[in-house]
Amino acid sequence: MGLNEENELEKVYIGGEAIVKIYRDRVEKIRKKKKYRIDELDEAIRKYRTKHEAKILSIARKAGVPTPIVLDVREDTIIMEKIEGTPLKDIINKSLSRKVGELVAKLHDANIIHGDITPLNLILKDNKIYFVDFGLSFIEDRIEPKGVDIHVYFESLKASFDNWKELKEAFIDGYKKYKKWKEVLERVKEIEGRGRYIERKEKKSFNVSSL
Amino acid sequence: MYCLGIEGTAWNFSVAVVDEKDVIVLVNEPYIPREGGIHPREASQHHAEKVKDVLTKVFSKVSPEKIDLISFSQGPGMGPCLRIAATVARVLALKLGLPLVGVNHCLAHLEVGRWKTGAKNPVTLYVSGGNTQVIARRGNRYRVFGETLDIGVGNALDKLARYMGLKHPGGPKIEKLAEKGKKFYKLPYSVKGMDLSFSGLVTAAQKLYDSGISKEDVAYSFQETAFAMLTEVTERAMAYLNIDEALLVGGVGANKRLQEMLKIMCEERGARFYAPPKELMVDNGAMIAYLGLLMYKHGYETSIEESAIKPDFRIDEVEILWD
Repeated sequence: MGLNEENELEKVYIGGEAIVKIYRDRVEKIRKKKKYRIDELDEAIRKYRTKHEAKILSIARKAGVPTPIVLDVREDTIIMEKIEGTPLKDIINKSLSRKVGELVAKLHDANIIHGDITPLNLILKDNKIYFVDFGLSFIEDRIEPKGVDIHVYFESLKASFDNWKELKEAFIDGYKKYKKWKEVLERVKEIEGRGRYIERKEKKSFNVSSL
Repeated sequence: MYCLGIEGTAWNFSVAVVDEKDVIVLVNEPYIPREGGIHPREASQHHAEKVKDVLTKVFSKVSPEKIDLISFSQGPGMGPCLRIAATVARVLALKLGLPLVGVNHCLAHLEVGRWKTGAKNPVTLYVSGGNTQVIARRGNRYRVFGETLDIGVGNALDKLARYMGLKHPGGPKIEKLAEKGKKFYKLPYSVKGMDLSFSGLVTAAQKLYDSGISKEDVAYSFQETAFAMLTEVTERAMAYLNIDEALLVGGVGANKRLQEMLKIMCEERGARFYAPPKELMVDNGAMIAYLGLLMYKHGYETSIEESAIKPDFRIDEVEILWD
């Protein structure tokens, strides 16, 4: 692997926390130094998260969820296999959304909270759906973060697809493979009802006088 | 148009008059607990006792006949304190025969920040005693993209300060101590997506102090950790929403180190950082007056029947009808 051959670089994404460089044959995720943090803290965070994400990628794969293979981990960089396929956002349908539900059931059964499930982060290749970004993931056995995890997915469906309702139903179908599905979905409903997620209130808070 | 605004959600009883351009008069009567933290009933008694003084001072600068509109902080906040502000507002509105507008305290922080800094469509970091939120506008609502899962960062600072024997308010004292801190000790750094948690951080910092580490180093380690968390979630929201402005509001925003960190973060991403002057950053009547004016001009008015306090009033409940 010619790791320094910049001409192989195809795309760069700059996120809030990391830079993702997509090469012809691999993906590099680099957690760059943040100047606002003091060095001791900054190094500890970047090292920990890099190691942690690489670990979760492999735990998820062991749990039966397709993820890119980690080729190398350095202090602040994960080098992983490039998944060449189609982002789910371009092709999502009921059967794919059901499959996402089944895979999230597997993640949650392994107590992996993905943290950012959207059709943008999922790639279909050889009839398998790959979860490629575990940058916000953590391990937790409580119901609440699992509910938030699913809520994030539903919100992303709502924002991008007109048929979000059937995609949501299909996901729920697939998710029923997780033994605590009922509890989690009840929590999702509760989260939807919380103030921060209310888009539009039926009742106005104030009187609007005729202008 | 002159709007008189009354703030009384927690520690400050504050009344101001503003017009479209500027703050005409601002009078503050902060409640300082003799010991411990803010006690809601004691704070409300303090506010009630100061009403006459504060209004007298305000009316000596702007006579009541000049006022066109009354606004007050309807929530969120401590019930007993909110009730004082709401009562004063209702009495003034009825007595002077003026329209009344109840406003959301968090939205007031944000809008006065935009007003005084010129920020157009920022990601706002709102940090105070009870509130810690990352807010941005989407369509006709401000939405909370991240927030504390337990206590506000100001509350966390106060708790640590009290534990180390410092008097309320603890934030400025922690800031002073932190300036002299030399050695950094690792503390729990808790960012979950765009949400934050501070209670574990406080407990760990208290243990650090118990183990004999100097107040200066504890304060320094605490600030560096907590503020890095705040800066990180702000940056995450900016990246996620593709926004290149950050606005800092709320009492903890007066902290120079927090300002510095946000500024560096913005410089690194080619974004602009905004912070209003300190007197408009902490809880104050001017922000309530300004938002009241803005809302009234866009058709909002609160009848007496609808003027009940809303201790859990959330920013996304208000439809934003202005640019």
